[in-house]
Amino acid sequence: MSGPSTYTPKSGIEKWIDQRLPLPRLMHDTMQTFPTPRNLNIWYTFGGILTFCLAIQIVTGVVLAMHYVANAGLAFDSVESIMRDVNYGWLIRYMHANGASMFFLAVYIHMFRGLYYGSYKAPRELIWIIGVLIYLLMMATAFFGYVLPWGQMSFWGATVITNLFSAIPVIGTHIATWLWGDFAVGDATLNRFFSLHYLLPFIIAAVVGLHIWALHVPGNNNPLGIDVKTPQDTVPFHPYYTVKDAFYLVLFVILFAVFVFYAPNFFGNPDNYQPANPLVTPPDIVPEWYLLPFYAMLRSIPNKLMGVIVMGGAIVTLVFIPWLDTSRVRSCSFRPMMKQFFWAFAVVCVLLGYCGSQPVDAAIAGVPLVWVARLATLYYFGFFWLIMPIIGLIETPKKLPASIAQSVLGASAAPAE
Amino acid sequence: MYLKTLSLGLVVGLLASTSAMALDTKRLEPKDEKFSFEGPFGTYDRGSLQRGYQVYKEVCAACHSANHLAFHDLAEAGGPEFTEAQARALATAGKLPADPNDKGETTDDKGAPLMRSATLADHFPSPFPNEQAARANNGGALPPDLSMVVKAREGGPQYVYSILTGFGGTPPHGFKVTDGKYYNPYFEGWNISMPPPLKANTVSYSDGTKATVEQEAHDVVTFLTWASEPKMEERKRFGFGVLAFLVLLAGVLFAAYRKVWKDAH
Repeated sequence: MSGPSTYTPKSGIEKWIDQRLPLPRLMHDTMQTFPTPRNLNIWYTFGGILTFCLAIQIVTGVVLAMHYVANAGLAFDSVESIMRDVNYGWLIRYMHANGASMFFLAVYIHMFRGLYYGSYKAPRELIWIIGVLIYLLMMATAFFGYVLPWGQMSFWGATVITNLFSAIPVIGTHIATWLWGDFAVGDATLNRFFSLHYLLPFIIAAVVGLHIWALHVPGNNNPLGIDVKTPQDTVPFHPYYTVKDAFYLVLFVILFAVFVFYAPNFFGNPDNYQPANPLVTPPDIVPEWYLLPFYAMLRSIPNKLMGVIVMGGAIVTLVFIPWLDTSRVRSCSFRPMMKQFFWAFAVVCVLLGYCGSQPVDAAIAGVPLVWVARLATLYYFGFFWLIMPIIGLIETPKKLPASIAQSVLGASAAPAE
Repeated sequence: MYLKTLSLGLVVGLLASTSAMALDTKRLEPKDEKFSFEGPFGTYDRGSLQRGYQVYKEVCAACHSANHLAFHDLAEAGGPEFTEAQARALATAGKLPADPNDKGETTDDKGAPLMRSATLADHFPSPFPNEQAARANNGGALPPDLSMVVKAREGGPQYVYSILTGFGGTPPHGFKVTDGKYYNPYFEGWNISMPPPLKANTVSYSDGTKATVEQEAHDVVTFLTWASEPKMEERKRFGFGVLAFLVLLAGVLFAAYRKVWKDAH
């Protein structure tokens, strides 16, 4: 995708194709010979894992759509019929439902990895920003998908989330009505959500293409956060990283399979096995686990509009990270202060998720969770807007190794000075 | 909307803290009943499923529908596994509204709707023609559909078992059972609209099993769990094969990974 190509056509046919459409050349340069830092660790295998997750969701989703009926009167029963009457329908639906959770698990690991090793820093800003866009599209897709079974949580989740738009002054109610296609969440809403749920994954796939394209310009960052200097610092992508990615992918799939076959409803909410009923509000409306931290932020702000702004701001903030981090060093491995704030941030995110999962009036050790969530929200924003810029200026980083090769292979591999 | 819940939550929290005397009618933790279908290798107890179907049919089905179950399910592998002939006989006993006859009539001479026997392909008939009829016959409460009741309740089989066996206690001092309701501390709020459905010997088991309330509840919960997850046995069996394959594949890939990387670091 960038840099001089090392591809030489091996046969007449390849040569013929290469001169007209250099697709074999593209494959060869990006997936075979692509020089990749030799020190990538397990956390760098999640890019491949995420591509796999997207493929699984699209394949199972296309099959589900063959049997699903997007109609408020029939949707719930059609999903149950997939579970009971369609050959291996239970397998396909449980893969799709748990696949969404695995997708988010993987994307969170991927994002925290990028945050820890400073993968968003120059010259990789656009990779990061495109990644944030993918994350946003994933959340929208997952939300639309959760509505489709038309159970109690589907319906009430859709009601709560779409109602957020009504917080916008003056035009808010009109926007909500426009989104619903009606004066409440109903059949029209379900139909358009199904349409969008089918559309967005293909847009995600296209944006993933941009993400990978942007990655192949500067190449991978690495746990040391230092640039590749000599060919000694890299190994060809194939076979080194194809085999490593494949091994860790299979470990990931084992975890996935344990949920699909032995705890298929672990991530689900029992209420969603009750058909949607606009007349009965569930006592606690809870989103899926991967949206809980944002839900906690929303609930912790006593003003609805402010809550929506804070929640949106939490995601928009991510776009600015490349410029909020003032440090010259990428990897937290060499940033003793930032490392501690990073881990505190990780804990805060989990804490926010916990707050979001609990009833709104819950407390731990006498402290109302709403206050825990407020402090955690404060840290979330403080981490990016205050800690990141300040620490980068006042911290003294540890000494960086001279090269990747030297760090991995020892001093003997160091290029002669 | 969430604001409303928020303020409501705060008010409730405030009330709860100021009036410590108020009775907390939160539901009790479900009983720890053990079932054969638990764990990665658990399967449904065939005898329990067949007895459970009997309890469902003779007791529950008087008020509760189970719309997602079809009669042929009763004969399928991983379920109660009645023979096809038995399932057909059970179906024939069920009556469903018939299609209009050749003259286009939907009622007989006396004005009663035309009915027909169910077939293996039919779903279980509902006890009431519509929701209003169901409510009118149950003091205003709607008996929930039982097809997925085990999956649709926090606590699953243990919860349903506790509800069925949770009647008959003496309400604590200060708790008033609402008129037309029944005391059951395993139900949120402790007032349940369902009268105690099971008594000793409510059904008489043909296999000689003693029909205690606990036994009947255990059997019908086994049946209802199967109703919720009819493919559970297939799922667990399939999963074992998939995991065995994946572990093997992981082993092969690990060996390849070590070999490829041997000299690279």
